[in-house]
Amino acid sequence: MDLSFFVNQALTGLASASSLFLVASGLTLIFGVSRIVNFAHGSMFMLGAYAAATVYGPIVSALGPAIGPWLAMLAAAVAVGLIGVVVEVLLLRRLYHAPHMLQILATFGIVLIVQDAVVLIWGYDQIVGPRIPGLRGAVTIFGQRFPQYELFMLFIGPVVFAGLWLLLHRTRWGTLVRAATRDREMADILGVDQAKLFTTVFFLGAALAGLAGGLQWPREPANIYLDTRVILEAFVVTVIGGLGSIGGALLASIIIGLLQAFGILLFPKSTLVLVFAVMAVVLMVRPWGLLGRPEPQAVSDLAETKTAPPAHRYAAHAFAVALAILLVLPLFAPDYVVKLATQAIIFALVAFSLNFIVATGGILSFGHAAFFGLGAYAAAIAVKSHGASTGLALLAAPVLAGLVALGVGWFIVRRTGIYLAMLTLAFAQILWSVAFQWVEFTGGDNGIVGVYMPGWASQTGAYYYLTLAFCGIAVALIWRIMFAPFGYTLRAGRDSALRCDAIGIDVRRHQVLAFALAGSAAGVAGGFFTFLKGGVDPSLLSMDISADALIMSLLGGVQTVVGPLVGGAAFTFLKAYIMPVTDQWRLVLGIVIIVLVLAFPRGIVGFINARSGWFGGAKSEAPVASTGEKLA
Amino acid sequence: MADAMLSVRGLNAHYGRAHILHDVELHLARGEVVALLGRNGAGKSTIMKSIMGLLPRRRGRIEFHGRDVGPLRPYQISRLGLAYVPEERRIFAGLTVLENLEVGRRAGEGSADPWTPERLFALFPNLGERRRADGARLSGGEQQMLTVARALMGNPQAILLDEPSEGLAPIIVEQMANAVKALKAAGLSILLSEQNLYFAHQVSDRAYVVDRGRIRYEGRLDAIMADENIRRAHLAV
Amino acid sequence: MSVLLEVNGLAKSFGGVQAVRDVSFSLGRSEMLAIIGPNGAGKSTCFNMVGGQIRPDRGTIVLDGQDIAGKAPRDIWRRGVGRTFQISATFMSMTVCENVQMALMSHHWRTRALLPLASRLYAEEAAAILDRIGLADRRSHMCGVLAYGDLKRVELAVAIAHRPKLLLMDEPTAGMSPSEREALMQLTADIVRQEEMAVLFTEHDMDVVFAHSARIVVMNRGAVVTVGTPAEVRENAEVKHIYLGGTLEAAH
Repeated sequence: MDLSFFVNQALTGLASASSLFLVASGLTLIFGVSRIVNFAHGSMFMLGAYAAATVYGPIVSALGPAIGPWLAMLAAAVAVGLIGVVVEVLLLRRLYHAPHMLQILATFGIVLIVQDAVVLIWGYDQIVGPRIPGLRGAVTIFGQRFPQYELFMLFIGPVVFAGLWLLLHRTRWGTLVRAATRDREMADILGVDQAKLFTTVFFLGAALAGLAGGLQWPREPANIYLDTRVILEAFVVTVIGGLGSIGGALLASIIIGLLQAFGILLFPKSTLVLVFAVMAVVLMVRPWGLLGRPEPQAVSDLAETKTAPPAHRYAAHAFAVALAILLVLPLFAPDYVVKLATQAIIFALVAFSLNFIVATGGILSFGHAAFFGLGAYAAAIAVKSHGASTGLALLAAPVLAGLVALGVGWFIVRRTGIYLAMLTLAFAQILWSVAFQWVEFTGGDNGIVGVYMPGWASQTGAYYYLTLAFCGIAVALIWRIMFAPFGYTLRAGRDSALRCDAIGIDVRRHQVLAFALAGSAAGVAGGFFTFLKGGVDPSLLSMDISADALIMSLLGGVQTVVGPLVGGAAFTFLKAYIMPVTDQWRLVLGIVIIVLVLAFPRGIVGFINARSGWFGGAKSEAPVASTGEKLA
Repeated sequence: MADAMLSVRGLNAHYGRAHILHDVELHLARGEVVALLGRNGAGKSTIMKSIMGLLPRRRGRIEFHGRDVGPLRPYQISRLGLAYVPEERRIFAGLTVLENLEVGRRAGEGSADPWTPERLFALFPNLGERRRADGARLSGGEQQMLTVARALMGNPQAILLDEPSEGLAPIIVEQMANAVKALKAAGLSILLSEQNLYFAHQVSDRAYVVDRGRIRYEGRLDAIMADENIRRAHLAV
Repeated sequence: MSVLLEVNGLAKSFGGVQAVRDVSFSLGRSEMLAIIGPNGAGKSTCFNMVGGQIRPDRGTIVLDGQDIAGKAPRDIWRRGVGRTFQISATFMSMTVCENVQMALMSHHWRTRALLPLASRLYAEEAAAILDRIGLADRRSHMCGVLAYGDLKRVELAVAIAHRPKLLLMDEPTAGMSPSEREALMQLTADIVRQEEMAVLFTEHDMDVVFAHSARIVVMNRGAVVTVGTPAEVRENAEVKHIYLGGTLEAAH
């Protein structure tokens, strides 16, 4: 490659880095003071693009092409900033002391709501941006033409960085923000009203995302996929740079921008893999990112989770009834319901295995879809590419998922809290992009189709029983393990790593094994899902599935053993019955999540249990959930 | 005590399941310097944190200027004119000396002569020389001065000083004692916790002896210095 | 009395601050040795270096002829050192008995077993230990609901579960009422005598220290000021100075 091409590519990378920095700086600013990892930040970016698209026409026609476009961008940024304020005041302010899992899910709820709101307001069609007057042309650099707007973008990042730096270092507000980022309580002691400060930080953070979205619009049409793409990139940037560090965000934006610009030349199909691989490597070498600091408080999520066995005879009765219904269901229910029930069983196992590592093991995973999807792909590829028998395919699913989980687990247990969750997400996204981009092997976007059970097992009822049997065995095994020394040791590690270390227990080693076990169980579910649906596609590895699994746990009750099973089944049926009724499934789900997080953090089973004590743990004991208490 | 600026009655506090404070009662009058004496772990810091609303579980009545501060958040208590200087100093790392002071700045009610960085640098000359230095890079003594100065920037009427002499070189302890006297002269009420009996004796009017979460004795410093029994039982080894 | 633990030239600094400098002392079998000193004296740092929670910069910690300095806490535990923590570190979601069983499961290398029911493993052994500690009637209570003093006893029960040669107790009576203190320390003394265990403890309650330690190590500013019997320590001028402050002249 010659020099001019090299320079051009570098400039393109830096222009993208600018845009990335705008988003990431807002995200990292918000995390710095509030310690909340805001999934909705990508949604703010998307809203910025749509807001710009809405106000651009009227403002430009009113004020003319010279200043109109820029005022439109600013108006979009302010509008999005105000939306950020609403989100902070109405939702996040109530969650500052809640466990990470609830915070993440709440912001994920906002993501879902915004997605449907955007469709409702602007429709599915993308809105192509204008060419900004005055920046329509191109300049010639080393003999290659380079768009003026790209050049403008290239400068925006450093300009905003300089502006932020001045704001943070030369104003009283900035001094207070930096102080609160270091030590919230001390700022409180000195008379700083945190609630007000946080609201202003959210305004600025959201406005920056909105500005980035507005500025991106001329480069990329406003569309409904912007949020997910941007939030993932912004996460990567903030994690590489160090959560809470603006300078780190700039540095990481440049690294990622250039990596994408040049990576596309070296590995045209695997830029995403490259990006996430860089993140994983950086975190291995520098656990808190390039310029980050160790997280001040290591919050033990869900610390007082109880996993007592079902205690009351009513619980045993409830079990017997549930099992009986499961056994006779295919005899009277229509095919459609039986298929749905099969799917419900599969997802119950996914949620159950996830909850095993989250609640029992204290490992917050936001990438459980990786192992579900791996199992599904392993089964499909075994059948399609290698002509394996279905039995072998169903065996390959947990084996592959388990082995990969073992490797991933080895990586992630060296980190804790939010960095650990981010790493699990990163690994899941790597797999997702592999599935997307390695077309020859995975079928790419279309996935692999035509994978069915042969003979008798292809019948709906038979397949239902097969799924029930194997997923049931997996659930029963994990259930037993929870009450075996291994499960107790995991809980011990979650309750007090300090004490474990002082009685000879290597907590990490147990966590890795638990992670592999849970991954393998999710693989079983994935294998059965493949044959149920007759194929696989990359969406099985997506963040949505990971989030769904967490929502199922939350819905059923994170702190109970049966909760995730109930939640998985309830979620599957709810989704199936609500989706045909409304086009706004995501809106409904988003609202459900937020209601759950704010009002029923104990979930269905936890709620019943708190009233009746049916499912273990006597009522007379101390409050069951740290979750509920922390919310209060 | 009718003219008490700060009154604490029946204060009980817990850390987790540990009952740390038992029925603590103490008063601080306008312009008075009162010491809390006791060994480490006696409960002195817990008393101060409870007053500032930093412990979730506490019972009892805490009044500042006759107003019940029990339900207030720390920032609200601070804004009433009651400052707190924690034992661990808690300097904001990454912020300069001047910026640390800025975080504490708040116009005092009816304060005719508000504290400014320049006035504080006159009180603590070492700080003035390092005004642009990162707070994290200061020596222990300088950090102690900064944390006191930062609290004064809020123009408080009363200040809680937790172990102001701890871990400081003798010459710095001397400076700190002089600063406390200067603050008293300026009309501030000061409640300070101390293990160093001689430091407390230099600066305070009265003292409470704290042991095992209870107030064991109240009186003048001379009396405590002279009483071998009190010293032996609650302060010395 | 033969020597069980020999600490020699121990040093540790944190970010340029010398927290512990050149600390040496020794501990005989069945001896109870207290470390005291004002805040910031380096007691906890010293203590945690013996337990393995903090890695020393320099020095040796010889237990029964083997240097354990810098080893992981779990390795040190396997060599026969049990410990309690100042802020009790128990498994809050488990019963008292299960807490002790965890230590026993680990001792017998059973923590990775997948199928047996954990609640039945070593239950009798654990119950016997709880009996001795006086927690028999609390054995099926969740640790999360226990009174503070009981929680401290659970710490002790877990710490002695594998019959260590050396018991480390960090501020064992902090936050307890005087009667609870006396009871816990008496209990410890009894167990130590019966099991021929040695105890190293930090403590700020002077009554406890003087009543229950054979010898006392006094630390200040990271260094050992003196080591001696309670009577010797009480009369030491430098110790008086440390605890009452002022100039050295005033203390003399």
